[in-house]
Amino acid sequence: MKRFLMGNQAIALGAINAGVNLVSGYPGTPSSEILETVAANNPGDIYVEWSANEKAAMEVAAGASYAGARVMVTMKQVGLSVAADALLSLAYVGIKGGFVVVVADDPGPISSQTEQDSRCFGVFAKLPVFDPSSPAEAYLMIEDAFLLSEKYQIPVIFRPTTRICHACADLDHNDIRTTNKPSGFIKDSKWVIFPKRAYEGHLHLASVSKQIAADFSCYGYNSIQGNGRLTIAASGIAYQYCREALDLLGQPQIKLAKIATPTPFPEQFALSFLQNTDAVICMEELDPVIEKELLQVVGKHNLPIKVYGKLTGNLPEAGEYSVETVSAALADILGIELPKNEMPQLPDLPNRPPVLCAACPHRASFYLVKKACAGQDAVFSGDIGCYTLGNAAPLSMVDTCLCMGAGITVAQGLQKINPETLHFAFIGDSTFFASGLTGTVNAAYNQTKIIIVVLDNNTTAMTGHQPHPGTGQTMMGEISDKISIEKTLYALGINSVEVCNPLDCDRTMAAIKRAIAFPSASALIMRSPCAVKIKQFTPAKINTDKCSGCAYCIEELGCPALTKQNGIITIDQEHCKGCMLCTQICPCGAIEKVITKEE
Amino acid sequence: MTGVNNILIVGVGGQGTILASRILAEVAIAGGYQVKISEIHGMSQRGGSVMTQLRFADEVFSPVIEPSTADILLSFEMLEALRALPYLKEGGELIVSKQELLPMPVITGTAQYPADIAERLLSVVPDAQIVDALSLAKKAGTVKAVNVVLLGMLSRHLPFDENSWLQAIRKCVKPKTVEINLKAFALGRG
Repeated sequence: MKRFLMGNQAIALGAINAGVNLVSGYPGTPSSEILETVAANNPGDIYVEWSANEKAAMEVAAGASYAGARVMVTMKQVGLSVAADALLSLAYVGIKGGFVVVVADDPGPISSQTEQDSRCFGVFAKLPVFDPSSPAEAYLMIEDAFLLSEKYQIPVIFRPTTRICHACADLDHNDIRTTNKPSGFIKDSKWVIFPKRAYEGHLHLASVSKQIAADFSCYGYNSIQGNGRLTIAASGIAYQYCREALDLLGQPQIKLAKIATPTPFPEQFALSFLQNTDAVICMEELDPVIEKELLQVVGKHNLPIKVYGKLTGNLPEAGEYSVETVSAALADILGIELPKNEMPQLPDLPNRPPVLCAACPHRASFYLVKKACAGQDAVFSGDIGCYTLGNAAPLSMVDTCLCMGAGITVAQGLQKINPETLHFAFIGDSTFFASGLTGTVNAAYNQTKIIIVVLDNNTTAMTGHQPHPGTGQTMMGEISDKISIEKTLYALGINSVEVCNPLDCDRTMAAIKRAIAFPSASALIMRSPCAVKIKQFTPAKINTDKCSGCAYCIEELGCPALTKQNGIITIDQEHCKGCMLCTQICPCGAIEKVITKEE
Repeated sequence: MTGVNNILIVGVGGQGTILASRILAEVAIAGGYQVKISEIHGMSQRGGSVMTQLRFADEVFSPVIEPSTADILLSFEMLEALRALPYLKEGGELIVSKQELLPMPVITGTAQYPADIAERLLSVVPDAQIVDALSLAKKAGTVKAVNVVLLGMLSRHLPFDENSWLQAIRKCVKPKTVEINLKAFALGRG
């Protein structure tokens, strides 16, 4: 049956058909919809969880795989850094049930803090990598990944990129499902990693790598089309760009080889497409993985073939590719002129950056902390989530942002060097559970005077409102006991913890001042639901008799519902969700709640 | 793979560009075409500039529309139309909702919203349609239906029959909003 699916949905449905028994992961753009789609299409016998973080997800899956379950772990590329410890050891220990790590890379980057290339994790961990070039291919390849994993008893990395994950395409979907009944855990010394076991595991990996490279050389998705003395070796979405570029260039005599499995490198396949070739051009986003492999093949076999790519400066080393990128590189190497398109000249246009939503409680938290620190030196460490947007003017409340959980620990380092300054660390509720606990213990134990501000909107907002341990819901549709953030903070050694509603300005301001006065590490939990989740509300309006037009509200809050046109401040009644932050801070008392008839 | 149809839909996060692209995809698939869409999720959707790219043909390779190749640029907002103008091919068609949404740097006074967007658009695309989609959406019953009003306008430029549009709308929108959206489509199509 033809279905129009997003790449992430295709991967999920492919995994269901492949008989996956357990799926775990942590949300992160562009990977989140994979696990959600499994949950939404769960035939009933698949265990699905959003784990507390990627490392937890990887280890939960490891246990299930030891017991014979087919497992899939989903994350974005930076998540694999968090889970790397587990994965690298697991490569040595090995698995039983098929183990597929789906890690979504983000060339650009479009929604990430790095452009790391997870194919390199495959090289580093000595694990095979599948690199699909379209949603349809991803749908079909995911089953191969499970089978390969079971054949060689090692985890397999499946690495789509944003343009696969968030591309939609029509593809043939069937509901034919392989079932896998886990055998159950059988005790064996091989599940315990010791140096000797690690050595044996390493030998095993080295040996199976050669066999997998041979398997990959015969793999149907590694393909060659066209003829010519010039060859393009392409992977992932860059392969599609090459097909299109070749069309645009009028199908010159060029051989196009697609490499769907970059590591272990399919050397025999490469030797076959390198036959009768004078030069090969590598078209791959991010790192020159295929390019370096081809250089090795050419060197090892003494082939008189020129290898073009990033290392020769023909292709960019960072950012996304496009049809334009690959056609420009091709034209340059072929020595042909590309027709130039006349583009309209535009003036400098104002940017439209993403902003905190109208009624977002984080706006209130940032505003109040800023006001509480007025006249004092203060540094505001941020973290990963919607609230990173607090860095934009006029709030300007994110001075550092490094990686998940780092706000709390970076603030500690700053405090040790600048102890006279106030140090705040903002962290979201989901991020707190994912990566904030260790840093909190560290602050408490090392008696570092920082103020941890947990921005608790009871969801994982930025990636699409996934549940987390503080929400009390699970992906199996069950209600679970919420993990209390305040109890957690106390248990981790923080002796001053206050819960505030940031939309209640006076009380919250008093709490912030108490936290500032506390001599050691303290915490404030700013608790108010995500504005996107608010469905019933009464907007605010300006009382034009009282409004002086001073624009304090606009200049301090940066709320998208507040605008000033021709000197008049207005509140967009479609946008405003009535958080009433502006009513509390207006110097003229000119912003009022709209009274509805029922009231 | 010659003759790919490139429809670029741009706007501001939250305006419903993704739903519009899904409806169009259904229509094109029903018309026997292969369809690919590329869209951006996550951070960019929080009121930022958004771009949804839809391509249909007998066979489509890349899901991404390159500069100067869009056959039709459908914009939900004036400034975003101007920003995306380099994507429109020479002789391409431009449909723009005349709504102006101020970006934060404009609201806070650090940047100016250009005053001459309509002139600039018309100087490049003399027969650009700059339309009051918002009023039509209100007439249909909700400002949220502005995306479907614009689809109605777009539908006159594409070779698909009206019935397949109506079916696609029924399939893609929430059941309780079907009637409003059908009305919005009809108003847009005119």
